[in-house]
Amino acid sequence: MSDPIIKIEGMNKWFGDFQVLKDIDLEVEKNKKIVVCGPSGSGKSTLIRCINRLEEHQKGTIIVDGTELTENTKNIEAIRAEVGMVFQQFNLFPHLSILDNCTLAPVWVKKMPKKDAEELAMKQLEQVQIADQAKKFPGQLSGGQQQRCAIARALCMEPKIMLFDEPTSALDPEMIKEVLDAMVNLAKAGMTMIVVTHEMGFAKEVADEVIFMDEGMIVEKAETKDFFANPKNDRTKLFLSQIL
Amino acid sequence: MNKLNFLRPDIENIKTYLYLGIFLIFISILDVSLNAFFNTNITSFLPNFISFLLPLILGTVGLHFIRIEFSGIKNLDLLNKNINTNAFNAVLTLLIIFAIIKSLPAFLSWFFIDATISGDTKEACTGTGACWTYIKIWLNRFIYGMYPNELQWRINISFIALIALAFVGLLPSEKIKKFLTLYYVVIYPVIAFILIYYLISGGAFGLVWVETGAWGGLSLTFIVSFFCLIFCFPVGMFLALGRRSDLPTVRYISVGFIEFWRGVPLITVLFMSSVMFPMFLPEDFFMDKLVRVIIAISLFEAAYVAEVIRGGLQALPRGQYDAAKSLGMGYWKMHIFVILPQALKLVIPGIANTFLALVKDTPLIFVVGLLEIVGMLNLAKTNPKWLGYAMEGYVFAAIIFWIICYAMSKYSYNLEIKYKTDR
Repeated sequence: MSDPIIKIEGMNKWFGDFQVLKDIDLEVEKNKKIVVCGPSGSGKSTLIRCINRLEEHQKGTIIVDGTELTENTKNIEAIRAEVGMVFQQFNLFPHLSILDNCTLAPVWVKKMPKKDAEELAMKQLEQVQIADQAKKFPGQLSGGQQQRCAIARALCMEPKIMLFDEPTSALDPEMIKEVLDAMVNLAKAGMTMIVVTHEMGFAKEVADEVIFMDEGMIVEKAETKDFFANPKNDRTKLFLSQIL
Repeated sequence: MNKLNFLRPDIENIKTYLYLGIFLIFISILDVSLNAFFNTNITSFLPNFISFLLPLILGTVGLHFIRIEFSGIKNLDLLNKNINTNAFNAVLTLLIIFAIIKSLPAFLSWFFIDATISGDTKEACTGTGACWTYIKIWLNRFIYGMYPNELQWRINISFIALIALAFVGLLPSEKIKKFLTLYYVVIYPVIAFILIYYLISGGAFGLVWVETGAWGGLSLTFIVSFFCLIFCFPVGMFLALGRRSDLPTVRYISVGFIEFWRGVPLITVLFMSSVMFPMFLPEDFFMDKLVRVIIAISLFEAAYVAEVIRGGLQALPRGQYDAAKSLGMGYWKMHIFVILPQALKLVIPGIANTFLALVKDTPLIFVVGLLEIVGMLNLAKTNPKWLGYAMEGYVFAAIIFWIICYAMSKYSYNLEIKYKTDR
């Protein structure tokens, strides 16, 4: 196996006095799909937000694609350009059209010529099946369409890793499927993915490994089959019995 | 025909009620109008008290008759819904109508009927109304200040040129559109400065130099407002960003700057700029009074603009910052392309508010001896030949300022609609 693309060692994070992450150790290899689950407030979101430093960790090391995350702004920006992220609330830019949402970062961060960026964006929008909405504004789209646009926007930076922070939690049930389909396609194309989600069906279908977190700690980490078939930890068993 | 019940107008006898109601309202308004315009009282045969209240009673009863729900007549329904929902509203509506009718005659006679505009001396003003002759004679001074008459074409040309250049944004060419922001933020102000510096001020290219002390009137109002608006906006924007910065030095400097300028009255700032400021400068260093005033007002207003913009920045959800960062954008790219466009759109009403206040604050530059339109009015009203026409002057200034401010407020409203892409 190759070197891990993400390597987290002894990472701790506090919000004020409250410790959200305790001694996290995690290695993610290239092309692997990891699903992170756990009760709310267990630090799942904070963990993946630390990977592209939307949150700062206070102790331990995080190495993404050979670069350690430190105060160095240049490094952080370089890593962020390689790590795509999809948010629970979509966070599209409401003042820009769908197409402009997708081309903004490639043009201004990667200095891609505008024409190439637009071609790439249309290709990505095609992939998530909203190419016909390209000229519209985010406010005119449904939640599912917005989230798919957010995935396309992240992919336009041609990232090596994709982080998903509860991408379907803010969606109506009938829209969840279209977003999950887009994510499954992406997984099949070989993207390295870390997905925080409660969609256990999705986990069973695509995940290589499932991580269960509780109270800021990784309680259980196992191959998908083992995780669902015979969870070892009592807390995991309880969680699974409630969610399945 | 159904039985009429005057206490409860119903839709079946709508015609009867309508004619009756309109007739009563007509009578009541006629009574008040005759009273107001011709000073006659057609109900003088009645006791004083009843005669006084009669129009109100008749009108209220009339409005009661036409208060028919779902009449099917669009305008009537609209009227009932907005100003005639119940007896109390009906009375208020009538009182307001009566007040307007009552005040019209005095207003009209002062403004138009008894006003004078012919002649060119004070003696021409014999009527009891306004003396517009005064405005007519002084109009040139009110617009150009003390600027020499034979050189006023220079002001005219530069203003016409500036207005024409402001319309560049309307050109349909796609090529130009890319540079519009740059044009309006940098190139246009520079052109404006060069035009005003060389054409209005003169002193080069064979043009006679006119010192800024001679500038004045409405043209000076425009010059001061124009440059202050242009300067205070970017300064305010940087201050707003600075106040939210993670760097303590930048933050404290911004906070200090904002709180200092917001804490002092504009009039003292202007006074300082003209009296104190030169004392701190080297002796051979000269800065024109007008330039100092423009800088002072710009910095003063920038503090207000900063706080308005900060409000917009705080209104944006954190997700927008997260999304921009997650795409690898640095601080400036994030703010230029994602944060500021949204924040500024949110605060257009607040910015317009500040800008209107700025324009209306310009008369204060009289404290340093610069006389824009209100300053010129004050000067003219103390002219021995034209004593006693302050009223006309202030009304005139009020109208001018209202036109300027209304245009600005309309424009800001259009901007709001133009940039509405969500919500």
